[in-house]
Amino acid sequence: MYGYEFYVDPSRCIGCQSCVKACEECETHRGKSMINFDFIDRRGTTATAAYVCWHCAEPTCAMACPADAIKKGEDGVVQSSLKTRCIGCSNCVLACPFGIPKIFPELEQMMKCDMCYDRTSIGKRPMCATVCPSRALAFVLPEEIAQRREKATNIFYFGKQKIVTRVHMMVPAETDAVSLDVLDYMWEEAYVPVSQPE
Amino acid sequence: MAEPPLSPEVLTERFGPHPAYTPPGGWLNESRHLPDQLVKTHCCFCGQQCGIQLKVRGNRVIGFEPWEEFPFNHGMLCPKGVKRYLQGGHPDRLLDPLLRTSQGFRPATWDEALDFTARRLREVQENYGKDSVAIYGGASLISEKSYLLGKFARVALGTRHIDYNGRLCMVSAGTAYKLAFGVDRSPLPWSDILKAQVVLVAGANVAECAPITTDYLWRCRDTGGKLIVVDPRMTPICRNADMYLPVRPGTDLALYLGLLHVVLRDGLERRDFIGKYTTGFAQVAESVRAWDPRTVAEKTGVPPESIERAAHLFAKAERAIALHARGVEHQSKGVENCLGLINLCLATGNIGREGAGCAMITGQGNGQGGREHGQKCDQLPGQRSINDPEARAHTAAIWGISPDEIPQAGYSAVEIMEAIHRGEIKALLSACFNPLVSLPEANFTKEALEKLEFFGVVDFFLSETAHFADVVLAGSLQEEEEGIGCTAEGRVIHIRKAVDPPGNAKGDSWIYCELAKRLGKAKYFPYQSTREIYEELRQASRGGHADYFGITYEKIDQNMGVFWPCPTLDHPGTPRLFEDGRSFHSDGKHHFVVTEWRESGDPVSAEFPIYLTTGRVVSQYLSGTQTRRIGGLVDQYPNPRLEIHPRLAEQHGIKDGDWVTIASRRAEITLQAMVVKTIRPDTVFIPYHWPGGRSANRLTHRTLDPRSKIPEFKVSACRIRIASAPPDWAQAQLAKPAAPGKGTA
Repeated sequence: MYGYEFYVDPSRCIGCQSCVKACEECETHRGKSMINFDFIDRRGTTATAAYVCWHCAEPTCAMACPADAIKKGEDGVVQSSLKTRCIGCSNCVLACPFGIPKIFPELEQMMKCDMCYDRTSIGKRPMCATVCPSRALAFVLPEEIAQRREKATNIFYFGKQKIVTRVHMMVPAETDAVSLDVLDYMWEEAYVPVSQPE
Repeated sequence: MAEPPLSPEVLTERFGPHPAYTPPGGWLNESRHLPDQLVKTHCCFCGQQCGIQLKVRGNRVIGFEPWEEFPFNHGMLCPKGVKRYLQGGHPDRLLDPLLRTSQGFRPATWDEALDFTARRLREVQENYGKDSVAIYGGASLISEKSYLLGKFARVALGTRHIDYNGRLCMVSAGTAYKLAFGVDRSPLPWSDILKAQVVLVAGANVAECAPITTDYLWRCRDTGGKLIVVDPRMTPICRNADMYLPVRPGTDLALYLGLLHVVLRDGLERRDFIGKYTTGFAQVAESVRAWDPRTVAEKTGVPPESIERAAHLFAKAERAIALHARGVEHQSKGVENCLGLINLCLATGNIGREGAGCAMITGQGNGQGGREHGQKCDQLPGQRSINDPEARAHTAAIWGISPDEIPQAGYSAVEIMEAIHRGEIKALLSACFNPLVSLPEANFTKEALEKLEFFGVVDFFLSETAHFADVVLAGSLQEEEEGIGCTAEGRVIHIRKAVDPPGNAKGDSWIYCELAKRLGKAKYFPYQSTREIYEELRQASRGGHADYFGITYEKIDQNMGVFWPCPTLDHPGTPRLFEDGRSFHSDGKHHFVVTEWRESGDPVSAEFPIYLTTGRVVSQYLSGTQTRRIGGLVDQYPNPRLEIHPRLAEQHGIKDGDWVTIASRRAEITLQAMVVKTIRPDTVFIPYHWPGGRSANRLTHRTLDPRSKIPEFKVSACRIRIASAPPDWAQAQLAKPAAPGKGTA
């Protein structure tokens, strides 16, 4: 599916969890869902967020892996850990700033979203982005996403760590990057974000 | 006959609901193999009836694949659609007919079960008259089954009393549309939503009850469209709404009167449209004069400025759409509520054009098709009135009987249960209906069921209502018989047969034909297939409003659905009704209809000061007969919870997760509180999908809308108090071991 990109838009998410259920049906991880889903603060709002792996250009999970078990393919997709190498230590789980990897103790292995390689390699869209009723998860051409109210970004700052991802986040049109740290908004903390080690 | 043979707990232990988590054979076995075929068909779990492909292998449905080419949903599915395939091979599935014994139920042969059923129906009719037998049908049935059920009631049994569970869904909207437009169908295809500049969503929890419609709303907003949401709860779509009007339960009509008041006060109505295409405007204009924003605000709890602004937004748009659903329809003035919205659309010239109009979001799978061809108590096929001599003559000719032999209109669904309770109706044959969970005032329904002299059920799982049955005829799922449905848009779709019914279960249509044979009416039911039934349905609908004559299975396949009316084989179908000012009334006009304000049938008082409203959650469908058996859907929302605002919760000392007893004038139940700021502080909400001590419908009341006979599920009065201990049902759940096989192979 040349040219297609993955977009996540929590503002469109209606919390139905269709993605969570559909992911279980996958051929490569039957019965296990790789979708991360959260009620943000159900007491205060119906806001929900469903998201897949962001597939970082420089994956923190891979950098933190002591067994060199996490690989990124040429297509930019970060894979589940290699079964023969993974020692089930959970370093990746702790290191990932997005909270994506999941440890399955019964398999002694970390598994995660691989953007449905089994589907995209034969011209199908990833399962979650196909079924999502509100297109909060979308796998489309950039021209199509450009018609939305929101704008796509793939640059995130976590404190001083700058992360560029394969998957895009839809943000309000005036926003350039997503910052999740209160420090970034504090006058006393003005600083220049630095990227990962060159 | 009388009480169930065993306790609900024992019957549930034997017949479920048990949650199934894995496809046939488990995650890692059969379902991993390539399917023999992918069957393009539709989801059974709501009125949108999304396109879906079922993976079939060896007469078993083993999974699904999105159907991206289908133009309504482009592959999109909600969690119910994703997991719908788990029903066919479900361990609770009824594989034989069952006869009641003192020990519960025993499997029987078909001859035994059918002979018994026919004999008992005949005996009751001989003793008490033809109308002592009633039929309940379901809107989730394919149209062929619902057509056949209507004919079965009138021709094989000769009873007046047949009605269906669509009576609990949107009949008030259907009645309103007939009054205003002369026809009961959404006037527009959903693609029109994308063209609207303003969409008013009234009493419709789109995100949970019609999830795919969300994408239409979001895409409308992408082009600058404004979204106005009217609801006592901030449902998920409210987050992106341009305006949110938090209406007090049961006061929707006042809001629409107020909106029209502002439109007329400020001269925003379209005089040319009104003059050319409508009647009755002057009377309606007069009727809204007293409903100024301040008066409306006091009634509804919506700020006057919001009323002014919403009216201006709607009226000044070149193209505006009003979408509505159960929130406004489930009221004792459900018809008036819908008429209030229709009047607003007519006054602003929003009808019969692209991107303009009003539409009901029909809720049940085949909710539209299931109400068009004769299982409503007052209708004959093609949406014809049973009181109309011409319609009777037309239908009688197709059926090969004299018009006098067609019974007159009978009771509606709730009225049938009331007639059973007072002893007027003695026998009931019920298909695809779980009234113990879905009818209001569940304890009344239970008493009525105990009084039946004969109760037969046609279903594929043993519902809570079927616990009371004398005989259960093991019928078919939607994907086990070929047929058609009609979606919320009015698009007629093809339900392909994917598999045969398992075990000794049979297609429903076969069951009714065999019963008719045993009632001595075989010659009227000669069908060898549902396709033959459909051929007769086409003829029977011909010339009616819902004219299917020009629609064939093949034509549906070629066109991805055909919108009715479609009177000839070369007719393209009618996606948008009323285009160019066409109306279905004989005077050629749309009718403004005056609406009158009334209070709810169960008003709040000092003793019961809180509004109770009920509804659905995204992971469950109707009475839960099907979806409470699907593990992934059960886990997503296992038990009903009481949604309550922190302010109201604080007044009663209630914290999130506390057990709270909710009492209405009829009964009380105890549920866990879910303290959220997304509901009005004078209102609590409970979803209704569960039986017994978890049943919201133990609390609701039987007040009906006088014209449509829809119950007032959306407005009851209640009071609440902290419970001293969890209820019995919760303690029983805690005592049970975790479900086996959960999540893994």
